[in-house]
Amino acid sequence: MTLLRSNTPAQAMPSANASAGAGRGAASMKMLLITVLGWTVALVIFFPILWMILTGFKTEAAAIADPSFIFSPTLESYEAVQARSGYARFALNSVAVAFGSTFLALLIAIPSAYSMAFLPTRRTKGTLLWMLSTKMLPPVGVLVPIYLIFRDVGLLDTRTGLIIIYTLMNLPIVVWMLYTFFKDMPKDILEAGRMDGASTLQEVFFLLLPLTLPGIASTGLLSVILSWNEAFWSLNLTSSKAAPLTAYIASFSSPEGLFWAKLSAASTMAIAPILILGWMTQKQMVRGLTFGAVK
Amino acid sequence: MATLQLNNITKRFGDTSVLKGIDLDVNDQEFVVFVGPSGCGKSTLMRIIAGLESATDGDIVIDAQRMNEVGPADRGLAMVFQSYALYPHMTVEGNMGFSMRLAGVPKEERRAKVLEAAKVLQLEPLLDRKPKALSGGQRQRVAIGRAIVRNPSIFLFDEPLSNLDAALRVQMRIELARLHDKLNATMIYVTHDQIEAMTMADKIVVLHDGVVEQVGSPMALYHHPANRFVAGFIGSPKMNFFNVDLLSVSPEGVYIRLPGGGECTVPADGHTLEQDATLELGVRPEHLVLDEAGALSGQIEVLERLGGQTSLYVRMGELLVTLMADGDVGYRVHETVRFSFAPERAHLFDSDGRALASLTQHPLAGLTRQDNRTPGAAEAPV
Repeated sequence: MTLLRSNTPAQAMPSANASAGAGRGAASMKMLLITVLGWTVALVIFFPILWMILTGFKTEAAAIADPSFIFSPTLESYEAVQARSGYARFALNSVAVAFGSTFLALLIAIPSAYSMAFLPTRRTKGTLLWMLSTKMLPPVGVLVPIYLIFRDVGLLDTRTGLIIIYTLMNLPIVVWMLYTFFKDMPKDILEAGRMDGASTLQEVFFLLLPLTLPGIASTGLLSVILSWNEAFWSLNLTSSKAAPLTAYIASFSSPEGLFWAKLSAASTMAIAPILILGWMTQKQMVRGLTFGAVK
Repeated sequence: MATLQLNNITKRFGDTSVLKGIDLDVNDQEFVVFVGPSGCGKSTLMRIIAGLESATDGDIVIDAQRMNEVGPADRGLAMVFQSYALYPHMTVEGNMGFSMRLAGVPKEERRAKVLEAAKVLQLEPLLDRKPKALSGGQRQRVAIGRAIVRNPSIFLFDEPLSNLDAALRVQMRIELARLHDKLNATMIYVTHDQIEAMTMADKIVVLHDGVVEQVGSPMALYHHPANRFVAGFIGSPKMNFFNVDLLSVSPEGVYIRLPGGGECTVPADGHTLEQDATLELGVRPEHLVLDEAGALSGQIEVLERLGGQTSLYVRMGELLVTLMADGDVGYRVHETVRFSFAPERAHLFDSDGRALASLTQHPLAGLTRQDNRTPGAAEAPV
């Protein structure tokens, strides 16, 4: 997508200074082609999700019949899913775990990123790389020890347990992102604050946080999304009490076989909140993720 | 009262020594300019005075109180940054009042003080604007206003004019000089621009490679540079240097042979010179005069007509000599010109680059910017 979009300014140029109608026609032809191509790529990427949403509105019979866009929509699957298990309970767990872990991760990451960005030592770069390297470890490699620890300290199937795991899981990314945002902040402004009599805490609350808020917001958003979508740990460390929506989806693939329509309905309900959140905040997300790059 | 003493300030970053033992006295109400090429340590020195950086060694004394361990805000200083460093999310009023907000000053009092400073700087109509809606010059004034509001004993300016265009720079230079007269505050100003240093300073501190090369009034530095570096750095265009042969030393001065064979006596104290000492002669472009009978000659390589003045770049063997002549001299490129200089305008430097003391004192050498003022001028409206 980016590749396609980067072509547009170059395409726009001839159309801007073309006086002849023919030149303008060729340019708008190209624009049209690019638009069609863009939509095609977007549709290909989005198609599985679209299909899932459509399947959710089909009957079980229609779901396994020949693929078709034409069918009479029904809420049958949604009703069945609702009747079987409480969506709200799982959703509440997801919200609590995603936002709780994000809050905790930011709480730890902001001071860490501050010290790395503004008071770097010889080991700062190494620490950052080491933190990131923990993300390269396959989670299944530490499943057994973590499971045993959680069992012994009574964190199995608790929201607290999941919040702790998710915080640790996202912390490297959150610290890295905040570090790059803080790095972009002109040091002079913080020093001016110090000359004006600001303590470190005042510096952070009056200057650093307000000025890097877009970055912090997009970091938080990413952390929420990553936690929301996480399935490995939630499936292995929870069973009923603290199970989030990922566990809810998984519960529809039962030993009796797959019920595609119900599974789709459940999945749609599980991703809907985060889809809407992402859609509403896409501007901030893009701005945050490209913050340093385009400045 | 606000005085500052620096005693043997050193600063090392790892193995690199940035400041190598700086001693300096700044008197009350003095306008002191640190000047030097980039990398000379002038900004580091200012940051150490401000408390944003700690000295590796030495003492910072403000008003007879050692300040090394005192935080930046408690030293009674205010600093204007090169980038202005305004708080982008606050209005002009918010920027100027931030220090008072942190100190818990009530809102009414804050506003009154901000208004007072805004009046001095003509910022009143801009108080509700955010920095991004201001021009460069206005931002600069807000940065100065933020400093004034703190009512500091010493103002620090870190290359405050370098982000402005040439015309605005001249205007702000004049405004800053006026502000100094009006506030009667001690000011320390860092710049790499020797014109800013010459025009604003009571006292110039020339720094080079972490060492103070010379401290003195602008006129003292211009007329009696202590060494070759200061001679070359102060004055624009740069001073010309010639290798000359020492012939003899007498109470009247040093008798030398010029390149091209001419001879003259420069009134300088040469009694410490060895018999075969190598000497360098320094003459400023504005002190070289076109002279049919002159001892020096060369071919004009470049000619720059500025209207009122003409700069001639004259080739003398390896040397390209700069010469400032009258605006309407009739020479052309490739013509050969002869020129001379008044010996009392010339400077001699020994092989270590140290200037030989001049036997005549320039009448303006003791003059400071303060002396230019007529009594009562300070009360004139700004």
